[in-house]
Amino acid sequence: MAKSREDIEADVRDVLVDALGVDEDDVVPTATLKGDLGAESIDYLDIVFRLEKKFSTTEKPFKIAQGELFPENLMTDPTLVENGKVTAKGLALLKEKVPHVALGDFEGDPQITKLPTLFTVKSLCDFVERKLKN
Amino acid sequence: MRWMWIDKVIAFEPEKRLVAVKNVSLAEEHLHQHFAAEGGLPAAPVMPNSLILEGMAQTAGILVGSVHGFREKVVLAKVASATFERDVTPGETIRYDATIERMDDMGASTIGIVERWSFVDNAWAPVGRIELMFSHLDQNRAGTEFPEENFVFGENFRTLLEGAGLKKFVV
Repeated sequence: MAKSREDIEADVRDVLVDALGVDEDDVVPTATLKGDLGAESIDYLDIVFRLEKKFSTTEKPFKIAQGELFPENLMTDPTLVENGKVTAKGLALLKEKVPHVALGDFEGDPQITKLPTLFTVKSLCDFVERKLKN
Repeated sequence: MRWMWIDKVIAFEPEKRLVAVKNVSLAEEHLHQHFAAEGGLPAAPVMPNSLILEGMAQTAGILVGSVHGFREKVVLAKVASATFERDVTPGETIRYDATIERMDDMGASTIGIVERWSFVDNAWAPVGRIELMFSHLDQNRAGTEFPEENFVFGENFRTLLEGAGLKKFVV
């Protein structure tokens, strides 16, 4: 049976509590991984590994390709980032590759250093929900 | 001499599992401070858990490094969890049993079981469980440049590993 949104949110909360050592009550949909929950670079890989484990079943493995959830390496291409800002081409690619992230104000001032601040608990849940449907 | 906290590799399953042992001896000076006699209490030499963690990090780090023939600079990036339920004292042997849980180009997560051999009980007993994350430094530069030379797995270290018994497992 497919997981409900509530189930997904509870599982994502478990993953973040284990990966980041945060309090369960702090894992709210609007919390950002970096700013609010204190995620550092290696934590993103930890979160990816834990999500894979949490949502994999014997019938259907849940495998997250590099850059599929967090576009870390996508942004090293000079045509996508120029003078510390994501180019129009980069923004289009972000929308295509990471639709689970709401760009919002970032589009108006797309400084690459702000990119990690866009990832919220909700964006992780959206990512998992969308991926489980496919 | 490199700061080594394992004495011998005793089992190796490439890309999966590495097991190493360390014999704890009262000749190790740090045990005289941990804990020294104080305030009327007698000395209580106990292997520090922080160094047990280092031993596991070396065991698991060697395992992760071996996957790509020690070409990657493998660094310990995170202690995901570490729990200890029992002390290790001089005259006992620590066994570090590390397995790779997940690995990709960026790094790896490992699960480690720590046990001790007691010559009094003649049995292995659980000491703790340590989950670690390793990063492949060159894949995670974030704008930082590191030396070309592999300072994690240098020539001296490789020699030391061979002496510790890893070579006979490597085909």
